[in-house]
Amino acid sequence: MPVKPAVSVVASPAAEKTTPSSPAPVSPVREFLNTRGSGRLADTSFAALMLACACSIFVIVLFIFWILIQNSHLSLAAFGWKFFTREAWDPVSGDFGALPFIYGTLATSLLALAMAVPLALGVAIFLTELCPRPLRAPISFLTELLAAIPSVVYGLWAVFVLVPIMRDTLGPFLVKTLGWTGFFEGANFGVGLLTASIILAIMILPIISSLTRDIMTAVPHSQREAVLALGATRWEMIRIGVLRNSRIGIVGAVMLGLGRALGETMAVTMVIGNHPEIHKSLFAPGYTLASVIANEFAEATGDLYYSALIEIGLALFLVTIVVNAVARLMVWAVTRGAPSRAS
Amino acid sequence: MKRNIIIAGVLALAAIGASAQNINGAGATFPYPIYSKWFSEYSQQHPSVKINYQSIGSGGGIRQVSDGIVDFGATDGPMSDEQIGGAKVKTQHIPTVLGAVVPVYNLPGVSKDLNFSGDVIADIYLGKITKWNDPRIAKDNPGVSLPDKAILPVYRSDGSGTTYIFTDFLSKVSQDWTSKVGKNTSVKWPTGIGQKGNEGVAGMVRQSPNSFGYVELIYALQNKMSFGLVKNASGKFVKASTDGVTAAAAAAAKSMPADYRVSITNAPGAASYPISSFTWLLIPTQSTDAAKTKALKEFLGWMLDHGESEAAGLSYASLPKQVQDMVRKTIAQIK
Repeated sequence: MPVKPAVSVVASPAAEKTTPSSPAPVSPVREFLNTRGSGRLADTSFAALMLACACSIFVIVLFIFWILIQNSHLSLAAFGWKFFTREAWDPVSGDFGALPFIYGTLATSLLALAMAVPLALGVAIFLTELCPRPLRAPISFLTELLAAIPSVVYGLWAVFVLVPIMRDTLGPFLVKTLGWTGFFEGANFGVGLLTASIILAIMILPIISSLTRDIMTAVPHSQREAVLALGATRWEMIRIGVLRNSRIGIVGAVMLGLGRALGETMAVTMVIGNHPEIHKSLFAPGYTLASVIANEFAEATGDLYYSALIEIGLALFLVTIVVNAVARLMVWAVTRGAPSRAS
Repeated sequence: MKRNIIIAGVLALAAIGASAQNINGAGATFPYPIYSKWFSEYSQQHPSVKINYQSIGSGGGIRQVSDGIVDFGATDGPMSDEQIGGAKVKTQHIPTVLGAVVPVYNLPGVSKDLNFSGDVIADIYLGKITKWNDPRIAKDNPGVSLPDKAILPVYRSDGSGTTYIFTDFLSKVSQDWTSKVGKNTSVKWPTGIGQKGNEGVAGMVRQSPNSFGYVELIYALQNKMSFGLVKNASGKFVKASTDGVTAAAAAAAKSMPADYRVSITNAPGAASYPISSFTWLLIPTQSTDAAKTKALKEFLGWMLDHGESEAAGLSYASLPKQVQDMVRKTIAQIK
């Protein structure tokens, strides 16, 4: 049975060895601490400084929220909270609502997660548990390289490569195989919700996979060895020993990926079709919250129009908060009191 | 002695401050290439004046000049009465150059430039004409064999002066368009897909067989794209050119209002290209800084004398003679 050499655990025994072996009665660290006076002032001011840093997050969030509310008061007054459930978007007559954009944002992001998460988990499992040593560095390097590509480059690639594939190959194939579900109806021009979801999935894949890999690497080797010693197969070892122990971290990685998917603007704008309507078909063009702001903000003439666009920003802010809160609740519900069991 | 040096230094600094008059403007992106050329040339010839221009979009230009944040604004669509009423700083529209919008399409197997009537274009975007071999398209293009394929209409998803001009034209030629859609920098498109910028629309059209879109004339000319002819108010199909656009402006000059807020789409005259428009600078009528206003007025004079002749080099249509004369008088009235 192949047992992998323990690499990550080496650090702690090495550190232990150096401390007792130093022969001097007063270590340099002790000496330094003795020469420098009382630590009380330093400790309190350090604590205060860190508290200020932590509070700055609250201040920034509250400030953003306040500015969004303040600048969208015209639209809030005109449409009230119904703004978030109305389907209209007509800059000419001044009739605005956020629902098609919220739908587009959630649909593309969740679809992207559905595609990216299994793939990212597979990449991470392969890299930490199965990958031959010479392959590990190149694959890690390439996943991290994917994360560094600017979104406009993804967008251009999608327009020139993904859109024709969707139009001529993948789209007709989906109609033939999954047409009965009703999700692949209507004209397929290559741009639409599905194309946007695919490009988002590709964009969030490296984030989720590299974070998940780091989390899995942090699982102590004793856990793996223990499960293997009980006679588990490779897959059982990964499921019981690795995935169970790192599930909270993995959810965190998925949430970061979702965050990027919700806010992604350029690449999505280039392939989603920018048409604010709600269709069941994934071939139909859609629109996201971030895209409509990027598209229409610069030339938004008229105060109500401007205000409505700011309120779209507020909607994006709220959607992000709600989605994150739901995810936290789910993690809490799943992990509450549950020990790491095999079932 | 020391004191004298300090005074000399302060005076020198003051002299530098006075010698470089900084003028800030913001607004439309469409005329940005010609404006930046003008402003840099003017600064070279007049080192005492420096004009900074940020192309943040017409909406932003109108807002910033109305609030007094910048010294002048620029817009592709004239300000509405409501915007003028709400502005803290009152401004005068000054037309500078003209732009036009052309229909582009991708129809494999058809090499001839197609003809389009205004109402046909409107009905394509309204979703009433859905096939290329529709009898109404065929009627305008005798002898062309049009395919039995669905039309994919492509529009600008970002708010733009191009969309304003285009929808303004469609509103004039189609009752249905006026009642269902209207005109603005972005509108509620009944059908089709949106792409960002001229390059987005052009790229989508180039890639998608049987698509139809619209782009700025300058973009089409500079990228050597082929585009369709549009029927003007005299019933002639005209291929867009800078001359045709200037002709449309000349036709509208007779009825030009004093504030220049005029739409010249669907202008009369056999040579007029129908989807044309002015682009405007917004100059405050009551200045708070006399030196700045003087410098700005001198620049506007220079623009008419020298700048206009450079427009054609960048594919912009220049103002017709009559309008230039009118603008000269208007500039003299700014205080």
